[in-house]
Amino acid sequence: MVNTVTQSILVVGGGMSGLSAAIEAAEAGHEVYLVEKNSYLGGRVAQLHQYFPKLCPPYCGLEINFRRIKNNSKVRFFTMAEVESISGKEGDFDVKIKMSPRYVNEKCTGCGKCAEACTMEIDNPFNYNMDKIKAAYLPHDMAFPQRYVVDPALAKSPEGLKVKDACPYDAIELDMQPKTFDLKVASVVWATGWTPYDARKLDTLGFGKCPNVITNVMMERLASFGGPTQGKIVRPSDGKEPQTVGFVQCAGSRDENHMGFCSSICCMASMKQATYVREQYPDAKIYIFYIDIRAIDRLESFYVKLKEDANVEFFKGKVAKIEEEAGTGKLVLRVEDTISGSLNQIKVDLAVLATGMQPNTSISPVPTPVPYDDYGFIASIEAKPGLFAAGCTRTPAGVSESVQDGTAAALKAIQSVVRR
Amino acid sequence: MDKKIAVYICTGCGIGDALDIEQLSGVATSDCKVPVVKTHPNLCGAEGVQVIKDDIANDGVNTVLIAACSQRVMYDVFSFEGTIVDRVNLREQVVWSHPANDEDTQMMAEDYLRMSAGRMKQTELPEPYKPDQEMSKDILVVGGGVTGMTASLEAAKAGYQVVLVEKENELGGFQKGVTSTVTFPYKEVTKNDIDTLISAVKGNDKIKVVTGGKIEKIQGGPCVFNATIKQNGSTNDQRVGAVVLAAGWKPYDPEKLDAKLGYGASPNVITNVQFEERAKAGKISRPSDGQAVKTAAFLQCAGSRDPEHLPYCSSVCCFTALKQAIQVKQQDPKSNVFVFYKEMRTPGQGEDFFRKAQQEGVIFVRAQTPEVITSNGKLAVEAFDELLGDKILLDDVDMVVLATGMVPVTAFGEDFKAKKAEEEEKEEKDKVEVPADAILVSDVLNLEFRQGPELPGLQYGFPDSHFICFPYESRRTGIYAAGPVRRPMGIANAAEDATGAVMKAIQCIELTSKGMAVHPRAGDMSYPEFFMQRCTQCKRCTEECPFGAINEDEKGNPLPQPTRCRRCSVCMGACPERIISFKNYSVGMIGDIIKSINVPDEYEEKPRILVLCCENDAYPALDMIGLRRMTFNAWMRMIPVRCLGSLNLVWIADSLSKGIDGIFLLGCRHGDNYQCHFVKGSELASIRLSKVKETLDRLVLESDRVRFETVSITDYDKLPAMLDEFAEKLVEIGPNPYKGY
Repeated sequence: MVNTVTQSILVVGGGMSGLSAAIEAAEAGHEVYLVEKNSYLGGRVAQLHQYFPKLCPPYCGLEINFRRIKNNSKVRFFTMAEVESISGKEGDFDVKIKMSPRYVNEKCTGCGKCAEACTMEIDNPFNYNMDKIKAAYLPHDMAFPQRYVVDPALAKSPEGLKVKDACPYDAIELDMQPKTFDLKVASVVWATGWTPYDARKLDTLGFGKCPNVITNVMMERLASFGGPTQGKIVRPSDGKEPQTVGFVQCAGSRDENHMGFCSSICCMASMKQATYVREQYPDAKIYIFYIDIRAIDRLESFYVKLKEDANVEFFKGKVAKIEEEAGTGKLVLRVEDTISGSLNQIKVDLAVLATGMQPNTSISPVPTPVPYDDYGFIASIEAKPGLFAAGCTRTPAGVSESVQDGTAAALKAIQSVVRR
Repeated sequence: MDKKIAVYICTGCGIGDALDIEQLSGVATSDCKVPVVKTHPNLCGAEGVQVIKDDIANDGVNTVLIAACSQRVMYDVFSFEGTIVDRVNLREQVVWSHPANDEDTQMMAEDYLRMSAGRMKQTELPEPYKPDQEMSKDILVVGGGVTGMTASLEAAKAGYQVVLVEKENELGGFQKGVTSTVTFPYKEVTKNDIDTLISAVKGNDKIKVVTGGKIEKIQGGPCVFNATIKQNGSTNDQRVGAVVLAAGWKPYDPEKLDAKLGYGASPNVITNVQFEERAKAGKISRPSDGQAVKTAAFLQCAGSRDPEHLPYCSSVCCFTALKQAIQVKQQDPKSNVFVFYKEMRTPGQGEDFFRKAQQEGVIFVRAQTPEVITSNGKLAVEAFDELLGDKILLDDVDMVVLATGMVPVTAFGEDFKAKKAEEEEKEEKDKVEVPADAILVSDVLNLEFRQGPELPGLQYGFPDSHFICFPYESRRTGIYAAGPVRRPMGIANAAEDATGAVMKAIQCIELTSKGMAVHPRAGDMSYPEFFMQRCTQCKRCTEECPFGAINEDEKGNPLPQPTRCRRCSVCMGACPERIISFKNYSVGMIGDIIKSINVPDEYEEKPRILVLCCENDAYPALDMIGLRRMTFNAWMRMIPVRCLGSLNLVWIADSLSKGIDGIFLLGCRHGDNYQCHFVKGSELASIRLSKVKETLDRLVLESDRVRFETVSITDYDKLPAMLDEFAEKLVEIGPNPYKGY
């Protein structure tokens, strides 16, 4: 008789690739544990306004994926959880999971009474800290699971008790402690995703100094109804509607001083964001400063269509410096036009840095030795027997490629179970 | 089964504060005649759930109406094995989105309770479908290139039997003729070890290799596919569970290229594919006379990214050119190698390989329209160098290599619809014009499906359906495309793509063998049943099914193949005789729900508006209105549907004849960038509706009473205004004259 416990698969990361890996394996009949460090599933895509090239909301597909989880008891997921250690070998891994306190238990109905009672506010990480939320909060409108979170600062403050008392269902536990537990699994899919490259490291591009220099991930939140401006794209410095927007490509990517690789998706992402601006401001002028536009396969048609827009100028050249014009909040971009050879100073109201994808494995490596490439990506799908890399832990990938990769990793993980 | 219904009303989350619960319970008891009606202050809590469990265990309750929060939440606590459960969404869509203790809010809650009880009249627990034939878990892989061979091996490693059919006499596909490759980690040109892969496939006892094979036809559906395979003049039938289509690609025909690229004008102008053939043969030399190549020019995008040829980017040509340029350079470091490119596309770590080529001394010229000039047997390339800002002329070129792109094998062949139209002539005029799938008769799978013999293409002949979120989904259940037939890709992606497609194939087999649906209703055990005595052979179901699940006999009777069905119920909406139903979803059931709505007479000035909304997108968006505590008109009565494509026009007739004042349909965006999870459902609903509008006009009922809008799941900021505006419009039109009849 085979021990059923060790026939399970562990998926680390509840973003697009991890979510796919977990659900695909579970629907094929396998027991899956899904571990996610955020308080909700969905990862980076949950923070996107729309997908390219269809300009459709990520939640459309996420809702289906969440329903697949709801309908399938073979997936057990843990939010606010991280893997602390992995030992053992293929077919017989021992994994230690650490769960951070949410201070809210499963009795939470999502009624929102805690938030109503709470006056403390914290930076909203879902909106890249561009606005504030109550310290007792639902991570975002469509968060799955639909369960509130109490910030540790609130839990430890005197107000915590008031908020706890406001909950009619006894769902708030202010003394909740971090806890660890062990899982026995046959295989592991590592899909911890990526982090936007820290734009502060691009010291000539003004991020952190000029408020109207933002990053592409922030732009997604600005365009979204759940964002800090209810979906209206405005200049952070004064809330004014931008008349000119500059997209600065390869901000950190394809640059050996920062990240030597190409982040693959930023060209499409900026072109997509150009459509956000164009939709809101029919007269706005847009510049896209680029080295090569990488719109591979059918995505080319999105590029072709955008090129037909007279208000969108594709400007071949790398932006060398961004400075703020005194008094106006406008930004002056210094850029060499590699086609004409001329040096240009272009003024824009808002500059969007296309910061690339830094693999999270370069920041928090897998807690067991696996080979990495020069950039911190896991060097191959089969990182070691029984441990498989998926999505942006392996290579910069868009949504579709992440799903593809997660699906492939699911089969690899199943093979480990079969090999037992 | 005899139903014993119980209603549980939760008074938590503000429900009890906003509604007259006693009156609501009274509706359940008197109007709905429900024997057990209970209220609880926190129904989802352990104690509340226990009340329900006890009633099921001790009181014979087998049908449970939970009047609490949305079906989207607390799904796990309100799930009782063997019990029919319906959720009455009092929280998000009534009390959170309407004023408390208001007459209209109360009426809404009461109606929702009646509607749920109405739904229960015909709802049964689904029983899984079991085909008559023996089910197979074997996988058919079509194509023996890198993708197909990898798919076969990966399936075998997971314990499944494979039949691998390759049309050529040996395995290997295109890569068989390629000596070196470029893949992760993109540092060097690597030797192609295709032979290792071939021998692994040949040596695997789970894989049956059929070379020189052809798929004559495929019948059936998942787990009961019957593939007729021809080899060496004899045919053999093979029962398989699922199919991986890995039939690969063909290079774009260089003869079709613009004359200025010089193909055919000199033997020294070759394609990237011909370069591989020459590299395989040994030394890379000048094609015309075998002399050394001192100067080589690679011209990118020869046909690709060109609306006259291949509008898309073939993705791999930049890598191929870099590799071939390095090969020339490494053979003779003194040679001059130029790459003329529009844009260098080496995403990801592939950027390292671009740098590698630069280090090797390859010279890159950014030019949009280079031209090959041939005179006196000599070659030159003329181009406007965008970086120099000047025209350049490259003389004495020994070899020009054109980067021709990838065309999926499914992109060749006659258009199925055009072919069929010729054969059949035009049929009756009054028919619903169903937009046809783009299917080319490419002679690859030869499906004996009513809707055509191959996978429908989405764009440019690549077969798929939801290429962002669900890239493997095709519109033919159990058939998954992988590799360059799915989208242009090189071997770095193809092997992994094959693995993913096999995952989907295995999953399809496992779900189907349990009688369950696959994506997007994975796990659903209901399936359509046809009451054939009343069928009029109108063929609408067979034509409208987005997944080609229904064949028909020579008389036009539908022959449903339930394992091919995705349970979208588009057929149910299409059927004018209403003979198609599911155990837990049918035309009659929605009709019962509509009938349960209490319609006040015209003097009360309380119009009623039926909203049929897609349960995947519009319904969650309506929930979000409540979550955000925004409000919308309380005359609305929402009925979530599996897909708006299941809309049967009789619902509209029923509603209007009952005196309901307006009908609002909320579906998903259709067209090229469709968001419908069932591909065509929303579009079909809008087509059907265009027919009903004509009828309404004839009945002197304002066609404005019926409205169709497309919304997405995140449109909850716009939805309240849309709903309110429709309500205002109906006030303007005035009450439905059929009210009270």
